[in-house]
Amino acid sequence: MRTSTVLLWTAVAAGIVGCAMMPSDAEVSAKAATVMKASFKESGQAKLDRLDQDDTQRLCSLYAGKALPKDVAAKIEAENLASIKYPADGKLVGDWKNGEKIAQEGRGKQFSDDPAGPVGANCYACHRLDPKELSYGTIGPSLYQFAKVRGYSEDTRKYAWGKVYNPDAFAACSNMPRFGHSRILTEAQIRDVVALLVDPDSPVNK
Amino acid sequence: MLDKRARALAVTGAALLAAAAVSLALAQGSTVDEIAKYRAALQDGNPAELWEARGEDLWKQPRGPGKVSFERCDLGLGAGVVKGAYAQMPRYFADAGRVMDLESRLLWCMTAQQGTSDADARKGLFGNGNERKSDMEALVAYVTSESRGTKMNVALDDPHVREMYALGEKMFYFRGGTHDFSCATCHGEDAKRIRLQDLPNLTTKEGAQKAYTTWPAYRVSQGELRTFQWRLYDCFRQQRFPELVYGSDASIALTTFLARNANGAAFDAPAIKR
Repeated sequence: MRTSTVLLWTAVAAGIVGCAMMPSDAEVSAKAATVMKASFKESGQAKLDRLDQDDTQRLCSLYAGKALPKDVAAKIEAENLASIKYPADGKLVGDWKNGEKIAQEGRGKQFSDDPAGPVGANCYACHRLDPKELSYGTIGPSLYQFAKVRGYSEDTRKYAWGKVYNPDAFAACSNMPRFGHSRILTEAQIRDVVALLVDPDSPVNK
Repeated sequence: MLDKRARALAVTGAALLAAAAVSLALAQGSTVDEIAKYRAALQDGNPAELWEARGEDLWKQPRGPGKVSFERCDLGLGAGVVKGAYAQMPRYFADAGRVMDLESRLLWCMTAQQGTSDADARKGLFGNGNERKSDMEALVAYVTSESRGTKMNVALDDPHVREMYALGEKMFYFRGGTHDFSCATCHGEDAKRIRLQDLPNLTTKEGAQKAYTTWPAYRVSQGELRTFQWRLYDCFRQQRFPELVYGSDASIALTTFLARNANGAAFDAPAIKR
């Protein structure tokens, strides 16, 4: 009797300790963020504030590898949609030839890169664009014939601008960087990348 | 030891011939198949053996102000025991009060046992071909080579290791920086590539096993043996993060996550990669 009472209490105590020691998912996330802060040092242009997550980064990290709840996705998309700035002069399309150069350029924003530039978009790392470029990645969809299939309309141009500026506005937790929102590309560069996608003369639409 | 060195020199010649032959094939058609052939051709003669031989010498030398060799260094299986040790790391070390991967453990042995200052132990951790040789890379090559063929077996019985694993998993999915990249951005799906470079899906057992068991590796493009700490450091550089501190807790947590996910697969490194 006495032994079984002791055993019972041991089991209860173990249960309590077990619960108390089991950190919640949010607690583990918070601790991971703290440990990361202590595990990096600033280098060149990459300061420690690069580890400070905004709402989008935090929520996308929290739900990564799981199904993203619809209301969270809607919140992320709405916030990012509101961040898109269209050019004041309304000119969405620049020079596709320069857009191609930006799409090829992989440098920019790494601690090993010159802060004076160049800064590229490195589109080919993940997307197929000009079919003559065979060295393209597959993390993102093929963008070959981007406007040829969508039509050369103002809607297509605006969509291309918005997608480059902030892809999370259209697909929450996209793998693609928010090139405008996060100040990676200048407005002039975005215009040229949009041209690569939507200009009928661009090799992308041949 | 001498055998290993002689063999290393012989295979380097073979590797250079193979590289020349295959680069011709590459020039004729740059495809994933050609790259696979290139790797296969080089597999018979891996220059990493030069690092392994140098590391074995370094392991036995008295080092630091204390004139103590690594034969006093406990990698988890007892002082100086190298055979199979890497396949069970990271693990918790009570003497240091910390979960450690191989590289942070070697730093600890250099400072706590050999009396080298932390600043000195951290000098030249990454080598640069023939210009600057790294003792750490040689030591890692030697120790890891002694686990070749051993099945990965990282235990989560210890609560410290379990916590590191959980933190590593979170860090794998941590999005940050100017580009919103996490490890999972590039390593979360099957059959993806950056440009023409295939990317392992590290969220699957098969993907983690294939990737983890083939580091460290001699990188042909860099003429240098690269360790797992370097792999993480350079991934974060490309993620646009600040600089990962060598042997930091984040580096150990991520290594714990990936090493444990590779459990059951035979370790097969130092390997050779493009």
